[in-house]
Amino acid sequence: MDYENILSKKVQDLQFSGIRKFFDIAANYDDVISLSVGEPDFKTPWAIRKEAIKVLEKGRTNYTANSGLAQLREAINDYLTDRINTSYDPSHEILVTVGGSEAIDLAVRALVDTGDEVLIPQPSFVCYSPIVTLANGTPVIIETSVEDGFKLTAKALKEHITPATKALILPYPNNPTGAVMRRNDLEEIAEVLRGTDIIVISDEIYSELTYGDEEHCSIVNIEGMKERTVLINGFSKAFSMTGWRLGFAAAPRPIVTQMLKIHQYGIMCSPTISQYSAVVALKDCKKDIEYMRNEYDMRRKLIVKGFNEMGLDCFEPEGAFYIFPSIKKTGLSSQQFCEQLIEKYRVAVVPGDAFGECGEGYIRVSYAYSLQHIKTALERIKLFLEELGVL
Amino acid sequence: MTKKEQLVNLLRQDARLTNDQLAAMLDTTANDVAAMTEELEKSGMIIGYTAIINEEEFDKNSVCAFIEVRVSPETECGYDDIAAIIAQYDEVSSVYLMSGGYDLAVTIKGTNLRDVAMFVTDRLAPLAGVLSTTTHFILHRYKEKDKMFLKNTDERSLVSP
Repeated sequence: MDYENILSKKVQDLQFSGIRKFFDIAANYDDVISLSVGEPDFKTPWAIRKEAIKVLEKGRTNYTANSGLAQLREAINDYLTDRINTSYDPSHEILVTVGGSEAIDLAVRALVDTGDEVLIPQPSFVCYSPIVTLANGTPVIIETSVEDGFKLTAKALKEHITPATKALILPYPNNPTGAVMRRNDLEEIAEVLRGTDIIVISDEIYSELTYGDEEHCSIVNIEGMKERTVLINGFSKAFSMTGWRLGFAAAPRPIVTQMLKIHQYGIMCSPTISQYSAVVALKDCKKDIEYMRNEYDMRRKLIVKGFNEMGLDCFEPEGAFYIFPSIKKTGLSSQQFCEQLIEKYRVAVVPGDAFGECGEGYIRVSYAYSLQHIKTALERIKLFLEELGVL
Repeated sequence: MTKKEQLVNLLRQDARLTNDQLAAMLDTTANDVAAMTEELEKSGMIIGYTAIINEEEFDKNSVCAFIEVRVSPETECGYDDIAAIIAQYDEVSSVYLMSGGYDLAVTIKGTNLRDVAMFVTDRLAPLAGVLSTTTHFILHRYKEKDKMFLKNTDERSLVSP
């Protein structure tokens, strides 16, 4: 059969994620010490796992309502009220999804018609552009730079807005850079958007991993923005629940209503066991989150110091669990650097260009690992840099 | 958590972190870390630093045992005297006073099975005040001092989103 002719041209033209490609390379080597995962090393807190066992014992394994268990939507609302001082109507403005990724997909598909433009700041997570393409929209990349702390600036935003602009993805705290948009940064963005019909899709999956004295600020906290924002968050990163596949979206009722339709036909409902367990996560696990955040914070400082001492300029990340050092002084491309590092010293990090062309010259390094693991990896990277003659 | 508590937690995870590294993680100076550590040592809160050895790998013949010891406490000093006597033997790696069915939990380490048996029969059991001993040999270690002996407990893929 001639599959090339049979299969969708649009889908065939999509590239596999650059992270995925590098995974295939890394899988060829033994004894690899990895600094490349995008998931926590902590186990899901025991209270959550225990709840899942209880749910199974009771045989609560049916579908839930399409939009998610009522008690979970209420718990999500309580959580948002507590954390970002904003409340939603749990019946109509909150939708429980299969991870934050599904929520992003739903939001884009609910908003975008053919030819609509969606603004995507990069470097950023790999899914936004393909999702927009699949929805027949046009991804419009806004490149951010280390000079701006990898933040989206009002100036760059204005330059990319056209009459066709439908939505802006706001991926902060950012994977892979660790950049965070603070309140004053968001005020500037809001100033540009308030008079428009542009909807913000705010991917705040790393919100609980914001470091420093200032707490996470959501764009919905800025005046006039809640009505034009789809807030996306989930359980994977904050609660170490990646495999449970659970996220949520909170947005004005008309948007959630359309998202719900797509979710209803494509997914039916999020995993029931995960949903029950997530209620416990939101209600009883605040201390666990704090503990994990504190551990990440100390590792962050250790690894930033390590890279700076090796002479690789490292932008100080304020969120998530990645650092994004520049490797430009080595003269290698991101791909070359990562391939040689794994080939010669068996350390896996992700090439920065996997997160957009402007990520070229950088590498993404995850610190979701034990201190000993991080120290060993740093020692190996140091040897590599010595061999390259840049240290 | 205070800075000192955080320092203790970090050293618990990895006592080989340098003062420089600890200082970076605790937002302070290496001198401050040195001062805090010294204070913790002087006050007896930190009594030493040691490696966690996988004894089975290090010396395949070595034997460790966990011994339940019942003793009769003395009026003046309770269990302290007898515990101190037991603790001073080189073979003994830990001594704890326990609640429940026996009094002292003693772990000992010998180069072979006979060593351990001789220690119990010749030195521990005959001690004045020792009423009985029950010896359990350690067959395999899974976790010690928060560290797992199991290899590859990280089930995450090498590279992920």
